[in-house]
Amino acid sequence: MADTTASVEPVEGGKRRDFLELLTWSTVAVGTAAAIWPFIHQMNPSADVLALASVEVDLSKIPPGSAIKVMWRGKPVFVRHRTPEEIAEARAVPLSELRDPEPDSARVKKPEWLIMVGVCTHLGCIPLGTAAGEPKGEYGGWFCPCHGSHYDTSGRIRKGPAPTNLPVPQYTFLSDTLVRIG
Amino acid sequence: MASDVEPMVLKNPTLRWIEERLPILSFGYRHLVAYPTPRNLSYWWNFGSLAGMILVIQIVTGVVLAMHYTPHVAHAFDSVEHIMRDVNWGWLLRYLHSNGASMFFAVVYIHIFRGLYYGSYKAPRELLWIIGVVILFLMMMTAFMGYVLPWGQMSFWAATVITNLFSAVPLVGESIVTWLWGGFSVDNPTLNRFFSLHYLLPFVIVGVVFLHLAALHTHGSNNPVGIDLTKKDKIPFHPYYTVKDLFGFAVFLLVYLGLVFFAPDLLGHPDNYIPANPLVTPAHIVPEWYFLPFYAILRAITFDILFIPAKLGGVIAMIASIAVLFFLPWLDTSKVRSARYRPIYRIFFWILVADCFVLGYVGANPPEGWLVTLGQIATLWYFAHFLVVLPILGKLERPLPVPESLSAPVLPRGAAVPAE
Repeated sequence: MADTTASVEPVEGGKRRDFLELLTWSTVAVGTAAAIWPFIHQMNPSADVLALASVEVDLSKIPPGSAIKVMWRGKPVFVRHRTPEEIAEARAVPLSELRDPEPDSARVKKPEWLIMVGVCTHLGCIPLGTAAGEPKGEYGGWFCPCHGSHYDTSGRIRKGPAPTNLPVPQYTFLSDTLVRIG
Repeated sequence: MASDVEPMVLKNPTLRWIEERLPILSFGYRHLVAYPTPRNLSYWWNFGSLAGMILVIQIVTGVVLAMHYTPHVAHAFDSVEHIMRDVNWGWLLRYLHSNGASMFFAVVYIHIFRGLYYGSYKAPRELLWIIGVVILFLMMMTAFMGYVLPWGQMSFWAATVITNLFSAVPLVGESIVTWLWGGFSVDNPTLNRFFSLHYLLPFVIVGVVFLHLAALHTHGSNNPVGIDLTKKDKIPFHPYYTVKDLFGFAVFLLVYLGLVFFAPDLLGHPDNYIPANPLVTPAHIVPEWYFLPFYAILRAITFDILFIPAKLGGVIAMIASIAVLFFLPWLDTSKVRSARYRPIYRIFFWILVADCFVLGYVGANPPEGWLVTLGQIATLWYFAHFLVVLPILGKLERPLPVPESLSAPVLPRGAAVPAE
């Protein structure tokens, strides 16, 4: 109030007041955003959920031609021990025939081990074809009973409504018979 | 000086369209913008809106905590620790909620004593006051059940002791307690129903708060002078009191967040970080600070009164200590509202405040030696204040001259325009 500097003078409709107002509202905006953030972020995965976000799989118990499902982040992951015929079949398909073109070599780290998230890319059902005796679809891979999507021996979409191939998660071979998913 | 309620003018056609079909804009305008408010309200009048804001904070943090809490005896304690350690910002949300409960009571107690000092419960605001006491009752139930949820030692034994109060009821006492528990001790069914009710009651409080506000806005706020004000002595709620309430809220946040960030367990008991154990009672169990005066009254009745056994007497006294507030508008026989003009009542008011602190002190300490006697004297005085002092004082006390309007005490004679 006792300030006698030039800024007190109403320059172009009150320069100092405009500045104060801008400062106040900026503080309000930043403060509100900061206060709201914990209420939003609390719904993101908590530390214990993130700690469980990887799983190790022992491959020695899966004979060629069969597959298992393991739980990873609450979803099934298909681990399939492919036979040489299945690998050959997957590699023989020209990319131009595929809806979501991707060579088989880009989907595996070791050709005999196909590891994919087993959730249909259409609307989230679990395709059949992992356990013995389940229908494997027209391309010898997987068949989703919900809306009839067919996947081949590389888990690529070949027929039906699903838009993309079954996704491949991040994984590392810890040894020849042990793989860590996630 | 715009004190009259000016009609709302809507220029925007969309807003006019809405207003014509749902007059919610004019409602907000009438009650939050133009609402005529006494121009002489002191900071003691901040605590009502403050309590409302804390209620919102409690509901928001509570809804979020319920997303991570598990109401099962085997998981409740662990799920609270999970909130503290694993959930993103969980520690902050829980400390906001637990300290928020404390702050809620602190603010509401100040709000109540404000009403006692300035006679806010007198005609025509008796129902406003009574609804307020109902809110206090609901708050106490909610706070108690919330305190049980972490399922620590204090939670468990608080639940056991408080539910056992009902066993004092003649004939059906034991049946009532079994019914409350859903079993033969405080156990999983008890925890489940407490969680359900702890989630429900705050929304009941919201409903009753709206009744409180409806009653308030019928005759408007009381004021420090305690006289009925004319339009001339009122100013619009916005911007005068929106800004003042926000400023008060900012100051409140300094205290509240100071606790949350620097002393989050100051008001809690370490024993509640020990998982509930039905086989061992902690050496010294005390309720949270906001229940201490009532706890002291409960323990003050150590003797049978005629045919009433001591156990039942204590329960009756504790319930009566709040229930007596329902009758306050008729127990206080003085026509003068504000203690500013009641020199003797003013003294008794401060004695009552001191009495409540004494009761709180007694409630916090083990019932031994002279503290028992002190608790009994303080309890006796508490009831004497309402049942004896107030009715008689209204008849005997000679109040100071009460001004006719605000301009009379504030401004020199003849000046009609209030000070800026």
